[in-house]
Amino acid sequence: METKKRWISMYVENQIGVLAKVSGLLSGKNYNLDTLTVGETEDSTVSRMTIGLTMDDVTFEQVIKQLNRCVEVIKVVDFTDVPIHKRELLFIKVSSCHEKDKEEIFRIAQTFDLKIIDYDKNTVLIQCIKTEQGVNEMIALFRRSFVNRIEVVRGGSVAIEAISVSER
Amino acid sequence: MIKGTELLVKALKEEGVDILFGYPGGQAIDIFDALYGEKEIEVILPRHEQALIHAADGYARSTGKVGVCLVTSGPGATNLVTGIATANYDSVPLVCITGQVPLGLMGNDAFQEVDIVGIVRNICKYAVTVRKREDLGRIIREAFYIARTGRPGPVLIDLPKDIQQELGSEEYPKEVSIRGYKPNEGVHVGQIKKAVNTLKKAKKPLFLLGGGVNISGANEKMLQLAEKTGIPVITTIMGKGAIPSRHPLYLGNIGIHGSYAANHAVSECDVLFSIGTRFNDRITGKISEFASKARIIHIDVDSASISKNIVVDIPIVADAKLAIEKVLEYVIPPKIAPWVEQVQAWKEQYPITMDRYPGLTPEKVIRYINEHYDSPIVATDVGQNQLWTTQYLELESNRQLLTSGGLGTMGYGLPAALGAQLGNPHRQVFAVSGDGGMQMNIQELATAVALELPLTLIVFNNGYLGNVRQWQQLFFDRRYSSTCLTYRRSCQRNCLDKDKCCPPYTPDFVKLAESYDAYGMRVTQEEDIPRAFAYAGEHRKAPTLLEFIIDREANVSPMVPGGKALDQMILDC
Repeated sequence: METKKRWISMYVENQIGVLAKVSGLLSGKNYNLDTLTVGETEDSTVSRMTIGLTMDDVTFEQVIKQLNRCVEVIKVVDFTDVPIHKRELLFIKVSSCHEKDKEEIFRIAQTFDLKIIDYDKNTVLIQCIKTEQGVNEMIALFRRSFVNRIEVVRGGSVAIEAISVSER
Repeated sequence: MIKGTELLVKALKEEGVDILFGYPGGQAIDIFDALYGEKEIEVILPRHEQALIHAADGYARSTGKVGVCLVTSGPGATNLVTGIATANYDSVPLVCITGQVPLGLMGNDAFQEVDIVGIVRNICKYAVTVRKREDLGRIIREAFYIARTGRPGPVLIDLPKDIQQELGSEEYPKEVSIRGYKPNEGVHVGQIKKAVNTLKKAKKPLFLLGGGVNISGANEKMLQLAEKTGIPVITTIMGKGAIPSRHPLYLGNIGIHGSYAANHAVSECDVLFSIGTRFNDRITGKISEFASKARIIHIDVDSASISKNIVVDIPIVADAKLAIEKVLEYVIPPKIAPWVEQVQAWKEQYPITMDRYPGLTPEKVIRYINEHYDSPIVATDVGQNQLWTTQYLELESNRQLLTSGGLGTMGYGLPAALGAQLGNPHRQVFAVSGDGGMQMNIQELATAVALELPLTLIVFNNGYLGNVRQWQQLFFDRRYSSTCLTYRRSCQRNCLDKDKCCPPYTPDFVKLAESYDAYGMRVTQEEDIPRAFAYAGEHRKAPTLLEFIIDREANVSPMVPGGKALDQMILDC
């Protein structure tokens, strides 16, 4: 069956062990998880998780049901085909930079709306906030241009329902 | 202000707990102290925590009440793990309370500390550590509610010692509201009508009933529905008893050791009306050929069980009893006389029997029970003993057959029977085991003796781990790897000489029973079956172990080999 990328936004109890419960459930059932982010919401007793998975329809339906079954899970929302804002934070550190490299990095930053947040003589730290796809493309670009000189940390996506925007 | 332990005891009473299965230890000692001299709650002391939880499970399955376990931290808690998974698979309501080291020591690798909540998280319905004394009442209330509602299951409360001792409110909440847990309490009438319409047009309809029918107590309504529609009924092992097994419409169990009629009916039917089953691989056989000609209706209280293994045409998420009542309201009996005639012919033509084995067989022993006892409770172990029992045992209703159907836990039978006898003091209770499983929790003979229980333990002794041996015979060229229980180191390697030079069996079950101050009898001939049961019947204040020496290589037939479709069964293996 055809697999595709899915997104789940989930309200859970803000308690010890809930993240372990959710990640353990997914791994125990042999469901592959791409990303998972979690943080407290405006209500301190509730956390919200954004989960990205790649799977077929039948498996995905099972995942939703299994998650809904957890006592600690308050609500599961399928974000796959609804208007949402979704962003991921990416840091790229480029080392052993010559002046020319730096110029190139600053040009890239300007073109792709990235932010240089720190640097010294040889190293530049770039901050990027884009969709998962956008982050993938930036990493690919830097990997090509600065072979074996980049260090990447990415945060996983967070997502929220759109208000009047329908573009994803 | 009262201590946490006092609130716990108060809560247990409010929940109607009159029997508790407990094994003390350092981090549970305060709770046991609070229970000391308590008149309304009898504390049962099994001899091992694994048996303890199976006993609570047998008590719960046979009474429909929540079984309660109380053990200490560390090994006390980890010994519950198999029993929690067993109960979880078969939807048995349990509340397990584990002592825990004080909050301040948690995470320090203290003596007898384990993260039991972390260990059982994936094998129970809910597990929680109490971190504040003020939460204790609410957590206990929620635990009982979660365990018994929806699809029932085991819940674990981990209770640190300082919370046990801390003074706090004596209030036990009456109401419960959990925002992440709202069991389905209604029935979607639109879906019921769809199902009824599908059924009306069917030429070859079939009811497939699972454990959910028995758990929800829908038996009477289900019988009405079957009789009103005249539709034949098959069950899973967990569903056996959903309608009386002697009923003419009943065709037997489905599955890899199901009856010919049941397996062929499911392969041929055009509407499969299934209720309270998970479509586990033991019943479906080759999944792509399962009920391949049928539209499938599926009622289950657990939405995650629907379309998990088998894609369903008409899903209905509801409690079995409520849904069956609704179906009864709307159902129009289909015209299916030729189909009923067909399945009845299969049933008559291919009964399950062990006739090819001369003399003493498990079939004859189970049939003796059928003929001489009125609605007994029978707990089985796992393996051939379980398969024979579930094939031949006649059931009137639910809560009569206790068996580890999902997890397949050896060592379940004896302790489960013990728990069932405690919950049903006036009923005849049997434990049916093999010689392998009987030794997995044999220590519970001591508990049964101490509690003066008139249990009858039936051991089918073939000197093998028979179910695995059967597979080895059929599919591994009789290479009996690690399945012979008469083996001694001095035996020749790769022995196939099953009769001639075998050392005597250990233990001697009769002497072993006697050493526990129980009664024991060995039976080697068919003629002695009545005498053996009469002997057991003489002992109303102590358990009796009846050891039946059976053909060493008797097999469970029929059988669907792994990966085959249900109608490709070997009738005689």
